[in-house]
Amino acid sequence: MGEVIVVTSGKGGVGKTTTTANVGTGLAKLGKKVVLIDTDIGLRNLDVVMGLENRIVYNLVDVIEGNCRIKQALIKDKRHDTLYLLPSAQTKDKSAVSPEQMKKLADQLKEEFDYIIMDCPAGIEQGFQNAIAGADSALVVTTPEVSAVRDADRIIGLLEANEMKQTHLIVNRLRTQMVKDNNMMSSDDVVEILGVDLIGVVPDDEQIIVATNNGEPLVGSDALSGKAYMNICRRLLGEEVPLLDLNSKNGIFSKIGSLFKKN
Amino acid sequence: MGFADFFKKKSSGSVAKDRLKLVLVSDRANCSPEIMEQMKNDIIQVISKYMEIDMEAMDIKISTTESDETGVSVPALFANIPIRDMKTKKAE
Repeated sequence: MGEVIVVTSGKGGVGKTTTTANVGTGLAKLGKKVVLIDTDIGLRNLDVVMGLENRIVYNLVDVIEGNCRIKQALIKDKRHDTLYLLPSAQTKDKSAVSPEQMKKLADQLKEEFDYIIMDCPAGIEQGFQNAIAGADSALVVTTPEVSAVRDADRIIGLLEANEMKQTHLIVNRLRTQMVKDNNMMSSDDVVEILGVDLIGVVPDDEQIIVATNNGEPLVGSDALSGKAYMNICRRLLGEEVPLLDLNSKNGIFSKIGSLFKKN
Repeated sequence: MGFADFFKKKSSGSVAKDRLKLVLVSDRANCSPEIMEQMKNDIIQVISKYMEIDMEAMDIKISTTESDETGVSVPALFANIPIRDMKTKKAE
């Protein structure tokens, strides 16, 4: 029986789609059978991040409306045999699908896949309700910015109200140097404020932009962000992986300073 | 940032954190302006029984304060209620 994970954030542009693509691809690299579902109806994006935009025939709304079978709409990834994408519809709007229908679809896919990953649209309206309907756990993505963390807090509240069993936090686009200079909140700061379990910290990395340009998720590559995403996948599978050393305020002065602190 | 600024200015990272903490307190309290207004009126009623207050200048808001016991910041309701006159109840 598979697990349904929703990737959500509240605020737009913090990296939900990139996270979905990389976590999904990473889990497939680790031998799991994975399907990614783009639930952002009307603003389809996961297909281009995955580099699969030319292979779309049917989409999520076609499946829901019964215009095709699920198998016909699933697109197999270019590089990974156990990775599939169910793209969103570009010409419909969010009301084309209901939470009940999404839950039914997720339950069907659970029989065949190890992981079903829902890429949630920004916002807290129907698209959000659709995406979380069938989910067993949530990955909340935020960046260390006031607006993103505030929206993440609201999302975490809504997930709790909807009785989400498990919620993990990903702090994305962390700029190590800025954290060292005290000009950006650290992942510890964000965790302290939001009070949910941290499952990974992804550094701000130009390679992500290059990877998205090419339509190839970089999870598992030597880039720092690629390593960070792979670590998140391993943690999802229950492995204990230490955090990459990029979030701590570990300049020479604070190291000396910490010698004098209690604890 | 110059050397002198270093001592004057709080780093923007901590400013962000402090601002967030404050904004989240009111977000999480989920207190609509209507509820705050009702609460304000109720407080006025109660206090007016004992003293004369300046209703125009009165202000209530939700913010944070450091807990006396633990030192951690906790949500708090601040009420600024200027007193005009202490009514002393005369025996009739």
